[in-house]
Amino acid sequence: MDNEKDILEVRNLQVNFKTYAGDVKAIRNVNLDLRKGETLAIVGESGSGKSVTTRTIMGLNATNADIVSGSILYKGQDLLKKSEKEMQAIRGQDIAEIFQDPMTSLDPTMRIGRQIAEPLMVHKGMKKEKALAQALEMMKLVGITDAENRINDYPHQFSGGMRQRIVIAIALINYPEVLIADEPTTALDVTIQAQILNLMKELQDKISTSIIFITHDLGVVAGMADRVAVMYAGKIVEYGTVDEIFYNPKHPYTWGLLSSMPTLDSSGDSLPSIPGTPPDLLDPPTGDAFAARNAYALKIDTEKEPPFFKVSDTHYAATWLLHPDAPKVTPPTQIVERQKKYAKMQKDWLASQKASTPIEEEEEQQ
Amino acid sequence: MAKYLAKRIFYLILTLFIVITVTFFLMKLLPGTPLTNQAKLSKSQIALIYQQYGLDKPVWQQYLLYLAGAVKGNFGTSFQFSDQPVSYLLSSRIGPSLQIGLQAMILGVIVGIIIGALGAMRQNTWVDTTTTVVSILGISIPSFVLAVLLQYYLGLKLGWFPIAEWGGFIYTVLPTLALGATPLAESARFVRTEMVDVLSSDYIELAKAKGLSRMGVIYHHALRNSLIPLITIVGPLAVNIMTGSMVVENIFSIPGIGEQFVKSVLTNDYPTIMGLTIIYSFMLCVVLLITDILYGIVDPRIRITGKAN
Repeated sequence: MDNEKDILEVRNLQVNFKTYAGDVKAIRNVNLDLRKGETLAIVGESGSGKSVTTRTIMGLNATNADIVSGSILYKGQDLLKKSEKEMQAIRGQDIAEIFQDPMTSLDPTMRIGRQIAEPLMVHKGMKKEKALAQALEMMKLVGITDAENRINDYPHQFSGGMRQRIVIAIALINYPEVLIADEPTTALDVTIQAQILNLMKELQDKISTSIIFITHDLGVVAGMADRVAVMYAGKIVEYGTVDEIFYNPKHPYTWGLLSSMPTLDSSGDSLPSIPGTPPDLLDPPTGDAFAARNAYALKIDTEKEPPFFKVSDTHYAATWLLHPDAPKVTPPTQIVERQKKYAKMQKDWLASQKASTPIEEEEEQQ
Repeated sequence: MAKYLAKRIFYLILTLFIVITVTFFLMKLLPGTPLTNQAKLSKSQIALIYQQYGLDKPVWQQYLLYLAGAVKGNFGTSFQFSDQPVSYLLSSRIGPSLQIGLQAMILGVIVGIIIGALGAMRQNTWVDTTTTVVSILGISIPSFVLAVLLQYYLGLKLGWFPIAEWGGFIYTVLPTLALGATPLAESARFVRTEMVDVLSSDYIELAKAKGLSRMGVIYHHALRNSLIPLITIVGPLAVNIMTGSMVVENIFSIPGIGEQFVKSVLTNDYPTIMGLTIIYSFMLCVVLLITDILYGIVDPRIRITGKAN
């Protein structure tokens, strides 16, 4: 586990939110490693704790968040032990974040040049003129056309895709070691999504940053990520390389997620879905939190929490089905079949997107 | 911008014209006459006085005569103050009202913004509760009650400030405090509410993620965005306060115009009523214009640009 190549290690993280109804156990013992230069995708449905995990890394949790235990090691230093002032020096400098909705994540009353330049002024103590000159370079790098004339514009003068490029420019201006992207394409049109994803991959190579990519869109994961962690009810239930998760998933929840993705080969009238809703994290169930929704659940699932079973050196899954004594269950073959085809298609699709020149985005100018 | 201004000034003149017309005819409906001792005067004396002031003519003629005079800057002479021209009477008295009003607005709004921002930053703590209590008190205590309390404690008991006199700056302190309570309370309330909203917005999250300090986030991003709705209320509030509060002016013996308005209405001093009305509406129009321009400065999304594209 203690890998020298790990730039960020999350260990046994537990986060509760204090509410009037009681403590919501949002993060229940999460372990994560982020290797240098890789893209780690965290996948899961809403409320599974993806965003809370990254907020905790950034030290930007809501005031009612209570970090019960755990450590977050960035280059060997525990971020959870740092003071607010020390965290301010790390945010935007070593660890940066891209937010979900570009329509609301830019200050409407500040010129975008200044917004991009701000991290330079804060962390490098740069004078405004010099910082703005660098901001201009960054604007060109993220593909904002006519950057010289746009640098003094306000956010409302840009389209959604352009705004997300600006948000990316803000995040990358200090060449951060770790970039957290919290559903960066969810709020964008599908055509723009591909452009933004390609841009992120391109810049990752140039800046050599490591990315934690949060999404609930498995289609995005296949093209972007090196490794995938699947989260459910505040826990990671399976993690492995992108191929392992897509071609050889072991956890029934991952099966459910993958089979609920439509592909071109989907046959039949209905799209499978995972029945039921996620458990109430005020009072999480004993055993496997997914058991109640799991068609393959064993008796032990409701009694004892499954530990991680090793599938390969890089692939682990927390399900009792992997226990040597467990009855052999085969996931529906057609699901496995579809997963394979699906993954192949996604790769081809992204490759073709990358090859073709990006479509010029239309820009709204007042 | 120039085109916009020209348009606004045209509307301003149009508004003033409508205000003058409506007020003129409404004023004529007031009961009573401008004469103080009507019972002691003979019919011929009354007729003479009416003739002297042009009150014997039909109302529409009086109206046209007034308009003709007003265009040339002649607003008539006051009935009650020994035939002083209204323009002189008001210009000599508006100064103190404006000074007190302006001081009260500046003090109130600045302190209000600070208090409101503090309340929002320390939401749901004792600081926030104090802010809320202060603004509720400021809104609900009438300024004349506050005025008397200030006179009693700061003036009489402690003897720090003169109680009711008019002279230098020291004389303006108590009335400024008394009048400033309302704008203070209003702006504190508005800024607090808006900033609580702004502080939970995505761009504040992004500002924090950039590594800005707490104060940096507030100063560079939260404050400006929180002030936008405040502009809406500050304009009319400023007019209200700068045109003089008659009660506060009375309590502190300030030679302002607020007090005069009431007197002129009670004595049917037609030229003075008209003059005051014109001043009030003119100031309100100008303040609203300034407000609209300020909006554009604070919020680029509604900036006034001359060009359509």
